[in-house]
Amino acid sequence: MATIVVNGQEIQIPDGARMNLIEAARLAGVEIPHYCYHPGLSVVASCRMCLVEVGQRDADGNVRMLPKLVPACATPAQDGTVVVTNSEKVRSAEALVEELLLLDHPVDCPICDQAGECYLQDYYYKYGRRERRAPAEPFTSRRKDVGQFVTLFIDRCVMCSRCVRFTREVSGTGELAVVKRGNRAIIDVFPGQELNNPLSGNTVDICPVGALCSKPFLYKQRVWFLRTHRSICTLCATGCAVLVDQNMNRVYRLRPRFNPNANDWWMCDYGRFGFDFVYDPRRLLRPGTRGDDSEPSATDWEVVLESLATRVRRAAQEGKPVGVLLSPFLSCEDAYLACTWFREVAPAARFYLGPVPVEGEDERFPKRPLGAIGGGTESRPRFVISGEKCPNARGVRLVIEHFQERAQEVADFVADLDRDGAGFVYIAGGYPQPWGDELAGVLEKADYVVVHDLFPGPLTEKADLVLPMAVWFERAGSYVNRNGVLQCTERAVVPRGEARSVGRVMWSLLGRSGLYRAEDVLQELALAVPAFAPAGAISDYPEHGIPLQSVHVAAGEEPAEV
Amino acid sequence: MTRDYEPVLLANLGVPDSHRLDVYRSRGGYQAIEKALRQHTPEEVVELVVQSKLRGRGGAGFPCGMKWKFLPKDRTVTYLCVNADESEPGTFNNRILMENDPHQVLEGIMIAAYATRAQTAYIYIRYEYVRAHRILQQAIQEAYDAGLLGRNILGTEFSLDIYLHRGAGAYICGEETGLIESLEGKRGWPRTKPPYPAVEGVFRKPTVVNNVETLCCVKHILDRGVDWFLSIGVPADPNNPRDLGSYGPKLYCVSGHVNRPGCYELPLGVPCRELIEDYAGGVRNGKGVKAVIPGGLSMGFLRADELDTPLDFSSLQKVGCLGLGTAAVVVFDEDTSIVDILHRSCRFFAHESCGQCTPCREGTAWMYRILNRIRNGEAEPSDLEILLEIADSIGIIPGTTICGLADGAAWPVKTAVRKFREEFEEYIRTRKGVTVG
Repeated sequence: MATIVVNGQEIQIPDGARMNLIEAARLAGVEIPHYCYHPGLSVVASCRMCLVEVGQRDADGNVRMLPKLVPACATPAQDGTVVVTNSEKVRSAEALVEELLLLDHPVDCPICDQAGECYLQDYYYKYGRRERRAPAEPFTSRRKDVGQFVTLFIDRCVMCSRCVRFTREVSGTGELAVVKRGNRAIIDVFPGQELNNPLSGNTVDICPVGALCSKPFLYKQRVWFLRTHRSICTLCATGCAVLVDQNMNRVYRLRPRFNPNANDWWMCDYGRFGFDFVYDPRRLLRPGTRGDDSEPSATDWEVVLESLATRVRRAAQEGKPVGVLLSPFLSCEDAYLACTWFREVAPAARFYLGPVPVEGEDERFPKRPLGAIGGGTESRPRFVISGEKCPNARGVRLVIEHFQERAQEVADFVADLDRDGAGFVYIAGGYPQPWGDELAGVLEKADYVVVHDLFPGPLTEKADLVLPMAVWFERAGSYVNRNGVLQCTERAVVPRGEARSVGRVMWSLLGRSGLYRAEDVLQELALAVPAFAPAGAISDYPEHGIPLQSVHVAAGEEPAEV
Repeated sequence: MTRDYEPVLLANLGVPDSHRLDVYRSRGGYQAIEKALRQHTPEEVVELVVQSKLRGRGGAGFPCGMKWKFLPKDRTVTYLCVNADESEPGTFNNRILMENDPHQVLEGIMIAAYATRAQTAYIYIRYEYVRAHRILQQAIQEAYDAGLLGRNILGTEFSLDIYLHRGAGAYICGEETGLIESLEGKRGWPRTKPPYPAVEGVFRKPTVVNNVETLCCVKHILDRGVDWFLSIGVPADPNNPRDLGSYGPKLYCVSGHVNRPGCYELPLGVPCRELIEDYAGGVRNGKGVKAVIPGGLSMGFLRADELDTPLDFSSLQKVGCLGLGTAAVVVFDEDTSIVDILHRSCRFFAHESCGQCTPCREGTAWMYRILNRIRNGEAEPSDLEILLEIADSIGIIPGTTICGLADGAAWPVKTAVRKFREEFEEYIRTRKGVTVG
């Protein structure tokens, strides 16, 4: 252990932790303000906001302070390092940097999306001088669209160069650069290029001020109205940890949340801006039944659940097959409760894993690894967008494999139904677009078909009963990503219309008392299914998820890279 | 004392065709490298330079031998960068050396490369030095043709390639890590140190960056010996263990309001007054001196009553200047407005700030704005306090920037405002409400 002294307070950091003073001070509960430093990017020490006084304490306890201020971001925390962040010298250096950054800043906070979560604002109130000494010169407020999703407010920039480093070091696409010199320097795209790489939205997150803004989010909400919920992105198997920002039950923004087991600090634009389907007007919002030839008619949940249960029991009594197809968009709890209920009422029920959508190969970043000149080539990608476009194929498979020997696939489903027919079929979808052409034809062979899904499509046309499903941020649940890490999500908004999650529906059908709570179900699942044992007896779910060691073995795959 | 000094660095100046290899050889050229290769190991050459106490001539005065010794012992590749991006206002000694005696420069480079085991040397030459670039390129070709560059030089194991790289016109690329970034094809933004170039420089390999004049001195140290070098200049103050002394010859560039501006080779430590009066022929039109920049603009100003200060590495700090710098002496006569000089100074540094560190990027621009306001009659005397506060808090000396450009921007402001305060206050008072173009 190394001992660091931060403002007189001693803290211990583990050996080999390789921390800089910003991180070490944070452990001591001391904030060192900074703009250019970002833990996921190289250190440039250029904003000079993190200047601190530093000294070294020797074995006798004598402290020798350096005469100069040093940037905390570029100074390693070593045994005996003494950091002072609250001296007059440090405070005046911070105040000067704030004053300098605001010399030409347009101060257009009333119309700036970043207001409320802007480091320039926050640090000014915490560390700035009260009054402006420089005369306010006429300022400009130029805006430039730099890409499909990102717009640049040129004059709000504080030149931290995080975005430039991001495009060079993480996306590896290098569209951004600093052009011009001195206080005329601005961020811009290279001539003829646009900031259109699939990770471009991250530049908006890492921008500490309102210079880079998200176009889909622009002027949609003042951020102080937003409520934030921990969740993950469910549009590919990477399973990026995210924050879901909602106001009045409407989700406006997804932002990545740090998780070294999934996404580090980043997420892709497909996931970030890809939740529009939730608000698609075609989405199923009410349960519906269908007579023999009529359109599905709106009906009540209590009624449909009653008839659903009756139908399953009848099929079981008649000895007819009961088929249950669970999509990889379901949470582990959804799948577990569904299997539990169907096993209970129809012990011979067969469980199938729905189609696992794959679009091309995994997309790896950086695109052009650093190191064409100088830098070491990075063999390990900094970010991967999975070709597998669903969040929980591993989790659902693990659950099904607990209830029957093998999680059968769609092809088995089609073959079984075609061969044996069925008394009852339950299909739980949740795909972001209509699906199931390959299944639709064979559904004729089933006596009664229930489709629990998001959108009308070939399956709902064949269904006797259509149930509206809640999307991931309308429900709580847990998902196992490509690395075998179980991550739990919170419910951010109530489901649209009368949509319900599979878990909640099954909870009602099981006749359990009280409200459906995903946390309780996960505990039950952890006790019941050995693969999920690591998730047991945890009251507060770790932000970085729970690695399920057995997943790779169970799925028979090589461990995938983060 | 300095009267009878015989120029060494500029010995070939004025010799017809002094830029040609045969002329250089006929005057004793390329004997120093021959001596180094045949009589000394690289370590011995480094040791000679350490003993000579040669300090870098590029501005900071860092001991050259110590810089070479910082190279890691277990290195496999070493690069030598020659800083010929001479951009400090008032400085032109590198240009004179390169244009008139390019082979002296190349010989110095060869000795340094041998000593540091570098097999590749890059000369980073200022964009504007078109003539020097042409002459140096010709000289490099001549040297290759004569077997003085390339593989197995002079039949020894020593091999060296020299590349001449033209900058793109930025002052900041004279800062050694800015130079390295620029050489690598990147934006000339100085790097945070450590790591220093000796450990991680060009292409992340151990690198030595030396000024042209420094390397020329190395050549003469080999030629004439350490004792000769130590016999010139100002010895270290025995009472001050931190004083490293100011040994050897120095090229002083004198410009401004003098009768004979030019580059004068003199022992380090020549008093400023002697340089102006005896060598540069005194102030034009018999006027008095108002102010002198003793070592390039970024070193600050001397007042007329400080002209007896010796121009060496340690004396100038005693009168408030940043240091000797490049020893480029710019003289202003008594009719010059110190406000105008400082205005130009601030404009230069605001223009040349690379824009990386906030204090320098915004601070230099703010100082320039204040000077503009003073000249436009819009300033208050209290603006001088702000000016001084900014100047005192930007730069590597307070620790607020990565490189020394901000110190260079601050020193003219600090020294001008503190040494000529009355003139500034008078100017602000009388200019109030008067608009100038």
